[in-house]
Parts: sequence; structure tokens; C-alpha cells
Amino acid sequence: MKVVITGITATLGRMLAERLLTKGHQVLGIDRRPWPGAPQGVQMFKADIRKRPAENVLRMHRPDALIHMATVTHFTTRFEERYKINLIGTRKILEECAEHEVGQVIFIGRHTVYGASADSALYHTEDDPPLAGATFPELADMSAADFYASSALWRWPQIDTAVLRLVYTLGPSRRGTLANFLGGGGRVATVLGFDPLFHLMHERDAAEAIIMALESKLRGVFNVAGPDPVPLSLLCKVTGVHAVALPEPIYPFMLGHFGFPKLPIGIVNHVKYPIVVDDTAFKTATGFEPSCDAIQTMEAFRWL
Amino acid sequence: MAFLIDREIAERVRELDLSFNEYGLDKYGISQKYLSIFHTILGRAYRHYFRVECTGLANVPAQGRALLIGNHSGGLPLDAGMVLASMLLDHEPPRHAHSMVEYFAQHWPFVSQFFNRIGQFTGLPEHAERFLREDRLVVVFPEGARGTGKLYKDKYQLVRFGTGFVRLAMRTQSPIVPFAFIGGEEAIPTMFHMTRLAKMIGAPYIPVPWQILPVPLPVKCTIHYGAPLFFEGDGAESDEEIEKHVEEVKDAIRGLISKGLEMRR
Repeated sequence: MKVVITGITATLGRMLAERLLTKGHQVLGIDRRPWPGAPQGVQMFKADIRKRPAENVLRMHRPDALIHMATVTHFTTRFEERYKINLIGTRKILEECAEHEVGQVIFIGRHTVYGASADSALYHTEDDPPLAGATFPELADMSAADFYASSALWRWPQIDTAVLRLVYTLGPSRRGTLANFLGGGGRVATVLGFDPLFHLMHERDAAEAIIMALESKLRGVFNVAGPDPVPLSLLCKVTGVHAVALPEPIYPFMLGHFGFPKLPIGIVNHVKYPIVVDDTAFKTATGFEPSCDAIQTMEAFRWL
Repeated sequence: MAFLIDREIAERVRELDLSFNEYGLDKYGISQKYLSIFHTILGRAYRHYFRVECTGLANVPAQGRALLIGNHSGGLPLDAGMVLASMLLDHEPPRHAHSMVEYFAQHWPFVSQFFNRIGQFTGLPEHAERFLREDRLVVVFPEGARGTGKLYKDKYQLVRFGTGFVRLAMRTQSPIVPFAFIGGEEAIPTMFHMTRLAKMIGAPYIPVPWQILPVPLPVKCTIHYGAPLFFEGDGAESDEEIEKHVEEVKDAIRGLISKGLEMRR
């Protein structure tokens, strides 16, 4: 299969590309950033997904499938910029897929779109609305992109579209949203009296799950998790991170000071309440089983 | 914290039909350690303070799903605690029961953490359905806060029942085990409520009993489990039909209450 990966130079993208190659697929990568030392088989295109050169790749190479992971959740990126990349970029790339008759699209979303709140059920199914934007404005663009991607199912029914809501990935690369949270400033600030469950999977398993979605021509919206979730306290303990429990009223004032990483205020809900997903539908549809449990995943990440 | 854990109780917690990982946690974050501490403290209250005795324990299945439905009373949910304790301490084999907790508890620091680690989650229909489908026990007081908020003068009178539990039982094909909790009304005989203070801290009410402080009196309590009720259907029936089943459950509980009050005399 000829597969285009947008945002290929990210950790997960690289891992995915290498695995696809070993499985005999042809891989084309689109990214603004270069990938020095990319494996032989990967054909790289340095382009922005919002611009014409990216569209040219689809026009000239006519891929069978596209895996869209060129989204940003770094809070260091300005809101307007994130909005343009995540929402406008997703829209453009999907429209181009329709125009150039790409048969299959996989959108890599995040499980955080459900949002963390006291009143929601512990395990989110795909039917739950993505409410993250309500308490965490910095996630609103990702939620909108996620919803836009799933609208492709009725907009372009001829395309097999799968929206995958992946839990946090963790592993030896020590990169990613959760890795940044755990390793950003040397200390992790938790909220005193709260110890929510965190849902995570090994980055290798995440790449494997995406490949299984690709190979089974998955259609629809799916939560992707692997192992059972673990409490934040255990996550900090096993990964060897120094956790400091702060009373909630002073929490916002400590972010960015005293060695705590600077994070948006919306993070408070995410360290107070769990975001845990039910991945039964995905496992049933693809037969996916994770190779690592939560403990092995955390140990693979552990700061030595 | 080890001194807080009774060895016999820790043993019964290990016998539970829950799969714990190497850190003693299950997929809902239920912790073996927290459960042991909770049941050690609860067990002392159960055995020595309220001297709880149960009848009809065999009506609760040894395995598989069931909904335990009973009368709510006593200002504080001590009836829920005692039912959980009876399932762990006196039921053979020991079973873990999930009660459905009021929303406000999730917002409170420490309280929410503790409740989550001992497997007591917010009373959402999604939670109850998930646990039943996993063949666990779910405790529901269909009177809700209306029940614990009862005043002493209305003791052992059932107030309005919600109907969701019957639909849930039918949809998940779960038996309903009715039970009566006797003693809760005398342990915290509520005279009136502090409504304004309750509003400030986000609780539904704060009971003021005869003893002024909301600390239960050492009243002997009994729990009477009745024969399981099973309703055929898929839970999509009309309200009239569901109401009929709700009345059947209410009648069963009323019967158990009068049996319990009779035995006490």
C-alpha cells in the first residue's frame, strides 16, 4: 500500500514509518521539519499541509491511504497558530484527499478531547461528546479538528475514514504530551487530595494500533488504549518523577515558578479528574492487543 | 499505615473477585491497600459499634451481577457502609459492592480520592451499567438524598423511588435483591437540616440530630436481605409498566422493614 504520513517527523510518525516499511508498504512523508537520517524507503517532502506543495504530493503520487498526524498540542505554540494547523490544516488535507481520490484516511486524535470533569463517567465511550474546550480552551481546536475529521464519514462516504482517539503515549523516546508533563521542569505539581487515573500506552503499541487500523480498513470513531489506567501517584512513582501535592487554591500561582513547569490553567482539571476511555470497540474491530502493560510502559519511560 | 489493616480483613480483600495488578490496583483504580484500611475501620463499626446482624445473606448471589436495593436512612450514608461491610465480612465468598455516590463527593479533595480507591463512584447510570455488565454487585438507594434527608418523624417510611434502577436491571438482566436496613433512623435521628451551610459547601443537606453532632449513636443495626426479584423485559417498557415493578420492589422492602422492626421488639 502507498501511504502518506503527515507530521511524519514526530516520534510516533517515525516509528510508524519504520514499521510500515518493514511490512512492505511504500511510505511518503510530509512535514515542515526535516528528518535527517530518514530510512531509505521513506520519500520525504518538506511542505506545510496548508500549502500547495503538500497537495502536490497527493496529486502526483496518488496514495492509497493517508495518516494525518500533523497536529500540535504544544502549549508553547500560540493559539492562533495551533488553530490554523489543527483545524484549517485538517480541513484542507481531508478536502484534498477527497479530490485526489485517496481511499483511506486515518486521523490521529487524542483522548483528552473528552475533557476531565468531576461529573463524567469513568470510562468514556466514543458516544460521549468532546467537552475538553469547556474547561481547557487550549484543547478546543483539537476537539474541533477531531469532530471535523469524523464528519468526513458522511461528507465523503467513499473514503474509509477512521478517527483514532489515542491515550497518552509513553516510552523510551521520552517525548510526547505526557512525557513533557512528567519531565518538563523536574517536578510534577499534583493537586492535594486528588489522585486521578491516567490512561497511557507504549508508543510502540500505539504505532502498531495505527497499522492495524490501516490494514483492517477501519471506518468510524474509535478510542485507542492498551493497558488499564493507573493513578497519577503510581505514574510518578514508577517513572521516578518527584511529585509535589499543592493545595488547589495556590496551584495556579505555582505553575511556572519554583521549578514547576509553566502550563495553562486548564491543566488543573486534568490533574484532578481522570480521562479514561473504553477501547472495546477498537479491540473488537481490529483484534488489537497491547504488548506492554501499564507498568512495563512506565518502566520503559523511567528517568534513570 | 499497616497498623490500620486487620490481617483477617486483608485476607478477605485478597479473596475478592477483582483482578489487581502487581501494585494492588484494578482497572478502576480500586486499591487493595485502601480497601483493607476502609474495611478494617468499617469492620470495627460493623462488629462492635453497630453490632450488625444480617438475615438472608444467601439471597445475594455468590457470583455474578445483582442490584441491591434498599431503604435509605440516617442522615449519613452509614447504611451503605454497613451493606458494603456485610458483603465483605459476612457474605461467602466475600464480595465487593459498588455503591452509587452523590455527585458532590467527587468535588471534595481527599474524599473523592478515597472513594475512588475503594471503588465507590458517582451515581451515574453509565457506572451502574458497566459494573453490572462486568458481573459485579451494585448497591442503589432509589430514594437518593430524599431518603437520607428524611426526618426522624418520618422514620422507616419510604419516600418516592426513582425508576431508573428497574430499567437498568431489565436491560442488563440483573436480579434485584431487596433489603431493609434497620437502626439507621435511630443512630442519627434527624430533627432538622442546616440548609444554608449545606449550600455553602455543596452538600445536599446537613442533618442535625438529637445528639447535635452528626455522629451516629451506637444503635444495634440489622440488615435483612430478601429473595431476588427478576423482571422480564428489555427496559424500554412504558412508565406505567416500570412503575408496577418499582411498587413490587417497594412492597418487598416494606415487608422486610416490618419483619426487621418486629424482630427488634
